[in-house]
Amino acid sequence: MASHSESIIREPLITGKNITYGQITDDVLRPVENMPGKAWWIGFSVASLGALLWVVSISYTFWFGIGAWGLNKTVGWAWDITGFVWWVGIGHAGTLISAVLLLFRQNWRNSINRSAEAMTIFAVICAATYIGAHMGRPWMAVYSLPLPNQYGSLWVNFNSPLIWDVFAISTYFSVSLVFWYTGLLPDIATIRDRATGLRRRIYSVLSFGWTGSVKTWQRFETVSLILAGVSTPLVLSVHTIVSMDFATSLEPGWHTTIFPPYFVAGAIFSGFAMVQTLLLVTRKVLGLENYITMFHIESMNKIILVTGSVVGVAYITEFFIAYYSGGEYEQYTFLNRFIGPYWWAACMMYGCNVLMTQMMWSKKVRTNIPISWVLSIIVNIGMWFERFVIIVTSLHRDYIPSSWAMFYPTWVDVGVFIGSIGLFFTMFLLFIRVLPSVAMAEVKLILKSASEQAKKKLIDDGHLDPAHVDFYKDNLIKFDSVEHSDYEKV
Amino acid sequence: MSSTKYILGVFDDPDELMHGIDKLQKNSVPIYDVYTPMPIHGIDAKLGIKDSRLGYAAFMFGCVGGSLIFGLVYYFLVHDWPMDIGGKNYFAIPDFIPVTFEWTVLFASYGMAFTFFFSTHLFPGRAPRVMDLRATNDKFVIAIDAKGNIPHEDITNILKEAGASEVKHNDRKYVSYE
Repeated sequence: MASHSESIIREPLITGKNITYGQITDDVLRPVENMPGKAWWIGFSVASLGALLWVVSISYTFWFGIGAWGLNKTVGWAWDITGFVWWVGIGHAGTLISAVLLLFRQNWRNSINRSAEAMTIFAVICAATYIGAHMGRPWMAVYSLPLPNQYGSLWVNFNSPLIWDVFAISTYFSVSLVFWYTGLLPDIATIRDRATGLRRRIYSVLSFGWTGSVKTWQRFETVSLILAGVSTPLVLSVHTIVSMDFATSLEPGWHTTIFPPYFVAGAIFSGFAMVQTLLLVTRKVLGLENYITMFHIESMNKIILVTGSVVGVAYITEFFIAYYSGGEYEQYTFLNRFIGPYWWAACMMYGCNVLMTQMMWSKKVRTNIPISWVLSIIVNIGMWFERFVIIVTSLHRDYIPSSWAMFYPTWVDVGVFIGSIGLFFTMFLLFIRVLPSVAMAEVKLILKSASEQAKKKLIDDGHLDPAHVDFYKDNLIKFDSVEHSDYEKV
Repeated sequence: MSSTKYILGVFDDPDELMHGIDKLQKNSVPIYDVYTPMPIHGIDAKLGIKDSRLGYAAFMFGCVGGSLIFGLVYYFLVHDWPMDIGGKNYFAIPDFIPVTFEWTVLFASYGMAFTFFFSTHLFPGRAPRVMDLRATNDKFVIAIDAKGNIPHEDITNILKEAGASEVKHNDRKYVSYE
């Protein structure tokens, strides 16, 4: 059946009184159907300036070559691969929310999956630009594909993790795109059927002629489920392969078997932090407090806490194994993280990722929006430094002391990085302007079972265990979008 | 002869819609299709629609993708240009697994998605065949082919009794064509 009453001890996923199916459409489409407000324009202006910086810096890099960056013979990978791994990691949360949480039937994903998936796609685009740029001659990217050529044909080396990475990232981007767009079809159809004139024509083309008939929905659900099923191992494979770019080398600090799970946990960690950064602002600016509730925020914080702790355990394991291996280069690399010239980067990494997130054991912190937002930014900073430490600190002093060196970024390095953030936000802001940022059909699905009003009705009807009702009411206290006075009498 | 082509029962609530389907079926009124703004579970079983076979399509496409890239890599690294890397085996199967996995997933996803689009007639630019524009927003619509299904008044009454907020007698099949 379409609805059944959910246990009262579960927290509501949609708050507010008199939410109807039509109300959900109106609320979600408000930014799409109206002119954007001041906040959007300010954000968009700043983001486009950042994107402009990216265009300038990346063009400079393409024109003059990667000599424009601060790389040297010893540190041959620095901000480029740091930025690449950072962005790919951020992308992982979108797939995790849309695929893994779907398989686990976590209904709270329904209102955040759309924007998280969009974030995945934009983050992977940012990551891919780094890959293109770091080749120096970006048109040579074609040689990473196994295409017949005049040298024999000389094929690409499928024994190399770098080639696996080409396949992993391109597959990941393609599959995320089809997953996202298929999910968008019913919602684009909703915009189409409410619009007139040219807008209607545009959204009509984009909607692929979606009708919402029984068969369409049945197949749609099958496709979503199977895509979730194949995306789950895919997302794990992507960061596993990214980590193998390092782990299969003989570089001390990189050559460890713990890298795949450690990178995957770190990716989910940083991805959820970025989702949190974006959604805490989005829900406020777009007025989506009833759909992205405190329960969603706290759940994401719990995932950040868990994955942050997994990452912490991985750090400790790494240190122990370096000691236990007895390899002096390995031992020196890890010691060098603290006593070497990049000690401050290691402090940022361990401090931001492990120490700061441990604050989230406290419920007060998890349910405090400003603190959560600041912590999510801190996690993103920490995860950037994690990649910087792994890449630059390991490379700058590996074997021969005569080739030890430092890495100093040029303005182009900084410009490409800051610019990629601008590019990301430009794409995200355009997305929330032209496409529904919440999956309306999926939110409508849970309105009758998991909304506050449905649960309120159950309470008003009686027949519930008073202890459960009290538990439920206690849980509601943290919600900022609930009228608490309604619950005083019941 | 009335000019009504389709009778639409417009419901505000999915449970009432299900009730409406039951009532129509009890009275042996064939249902043309049902349009809803969200997936409603159980409706396909009621209308006698068989389970989707897209899963098989995904499996087959996945097999094709995996075999294709595995075969290609075998050709590249073992047959066409074997590379001696410290005397190791040319046919290094573990190294083939990552790309084989990626293409299995890629082909399964795209093959299945395009099969879905193809079988459901979804493609960019297709004119949407919509019977009621609110069916993608907040209304749940049962469509009944009016031809042969007479008397229309009885159908209207059945739908009203089941809780339809509105019953429409449409002279045109689709309202979305300009």
